[in-house]
Amino acid sequence: MSKLSLGVDIAGIKMKNPIMTASGTFGYGLEYSQLIDIKKFGAIVAKTITLEPRIGNPQPRIVEVAGGMLNSIGLQNPGAKVFIEEKLPKLKGYRVPIIANISGSKEAEFVKLADLLKDIGLSGLEINISCPNVERAGLFAQDANLTYQLVKKVRKVTGLPLIVKLTPNVTDITLIARAAEDAGADAVSLINTLIGMSIDVQTKKPKLANVIGGLSGPAVKPVALRMVYEASKKVSIPVIGMGGIMTSDDAIEFLLAGASAVAIGTANFVNPNTCSEIIDGIKKYMEDNRFNKISDITGKLK
Amino acid sequence: MRTKNFSVKKEIIENTKVSSDCYRMTFESKEIAGQARPGQFLHIRCTESYDPLLRRPISVYSIENNIIEILYKVIGRGTGLLSKKTSGDTIDVLGPLGSGFDYQLVSNCQLPILVGGGIGIAPLYFLAQRLVEQCSNVTVLIGADTKRSILCIDELEKLDCKVKVSTDDGSFGLHGTVVDLLRKELNSKLKVFVCGPVPMLKQVNQLVSKYNVSSQVSLERQMACGVGACMGCAIKTQKLKLKRQNSKGKTQNYKRVCKDGPVFDIKEIVWEEM
Repeated sequence: MSKLSLGVDIAGIKMKNPIMTASGTFGYGLEYSQLIDIKKFGAIVAKTITLEPRIGNPQPRIVEVAGGMLNSIGLQNPGAKVFIEEKLPKLKGYRVPIIANISGSKEAEFVKLADLLKDIGLSGLEINISCPNVERAGLFAQDANLTYQLVKKVRKVTGLPLIVKLTPNVTDITLIARAAEDAGADAVSLINTLIGMSIDVQTKKPKLANVIGGLSGPAVKPVALRMVYEASKKVSIPVIGMGGIMTSDDAIEFLLAGASAVAIGTANFVNPNTCSEIIDGIKKYMEDNRFNKISDITGKLK
Repeated sequence: MRTKNFSVKKEIIENTKVSSDCYRMTFESKEIAGQARPGQFLHIRCTESYDPLLRRPISVYSIENNIIEILYKVIGRGTGLLSKKTSGDTIDVLGPLGSGFDYQLVSNCQLPILVGGGIGIAPLYFLAQRLVEQCSNVTVLIGADTKRSILCIDELEKLDCKVKVSTDDGSFGLHGTVVDLLRKELNSKLKVFVCGPVPMLKQVNQLVSKYNVSSQVSLERQMACGVGACMGCAIKTQKLKLKRQNSKGKTQNYKRVCKDGPVFDIKEIVWEEM
């Protein structure tokens, strides 16, 4: 019997295990450096950057709901220049594949960013065409044609493994996943947050200043799992599954549903040891089932 | 100044009710005790379940001989669940997090005065513990709604602080607010440290800005990560790197309460947005 390995190759990104960080929940890696052994992750997906700095949305930006949280951060970020010059050099020190995540309100912004980021030692590029908190940035992934056009243009300028992050706020996510694949994406990641809202009955006002925001956490897991299941049946590129993963069993569910790797988001806020615990849990599951590679789990739903 | 932070699970020594809605909890942590500075906070998981999901940021109330103490008010379900924990239960803590107070005094030229409204006294007690080591003239102003909810008088007097109290209903001390107490004390030598509800902080800001007194404020915000990653707790501040002109022509930006704060110079906050 060959040796047990958690390693995966996602579109050319060689990861020692299938656990990634979900963009936006891990900053630029440095914030968690004392609490989490960052080297344990299979890959780090950095928080979304835009061409120019963004100051983000007004407060309150987060609200807790049953089994989850709503956020409307609004892609607050220091911009591409600071990411390239200050954040990335420190991130690279961890010797973990680094995947940048980019967004914009116009195709041209994505293209320019992809171009800026192509030769600076990244392991991959994720394009966020699904942020619910920024006007227009979320629209791309709600339309198969717009997704196709955008991915095609980004594909032309970058040789990096290209991951397209999809929104669950659509009627049929498989159409968008297919459009991304057809345009040359190397992988799709799903789900971004589900749009939702919460109201303070005393003040009769929305709890988020932005009124609506993105729902994440365990509450979204069944929806995310269903979408990963559907999408992975319709595309031949790898699917990166995320949405409410808190435990190794959650992660294994996503793998069984068809994901080749998974990302941890909101769980990092709750339990910084989530990544380690999931790695240990997957290892044990593989031993118990006499599996020796992750592909023994991926898509093996009965 | 940067401190190390830790993720620890510790056994609760004591969790005692001290007023109608406030509790004191102690646990031992050499790691946190060795690092924590006044004004920093702990990010505490109130339940193993997913509801409520997020941790609760609670300031350090006291540190003595590796015993960490928090003083907290039951506000909702999270702190409610925390209050139900008993001696021997486990508590899951990240910390110490955030910036602390800058409490180095210009010798003899500055008189520290601590202004706490309600549960806002909690981080100020830890500050008083450290201030009395370098200064024999520490004043603490405590504001509460009524006599029964006043916290920490005895403890502060034991530290030899000069304590003055106000109550909204006049049942103890000055009939009025802690801002009324501060108004009587103001002079340019003061170094003010303040924590309390936002309306009180706004009044303190108006008062100290009139007299141009050095003041630091400890803020509270709902947080997700607590370590500066998610940007959920960011508040509007004046004159920072990322510039955007507002209608008054000042430059403003968002800063993270968890990482850049929770202690800020009072002048830095855009109070009309709080």
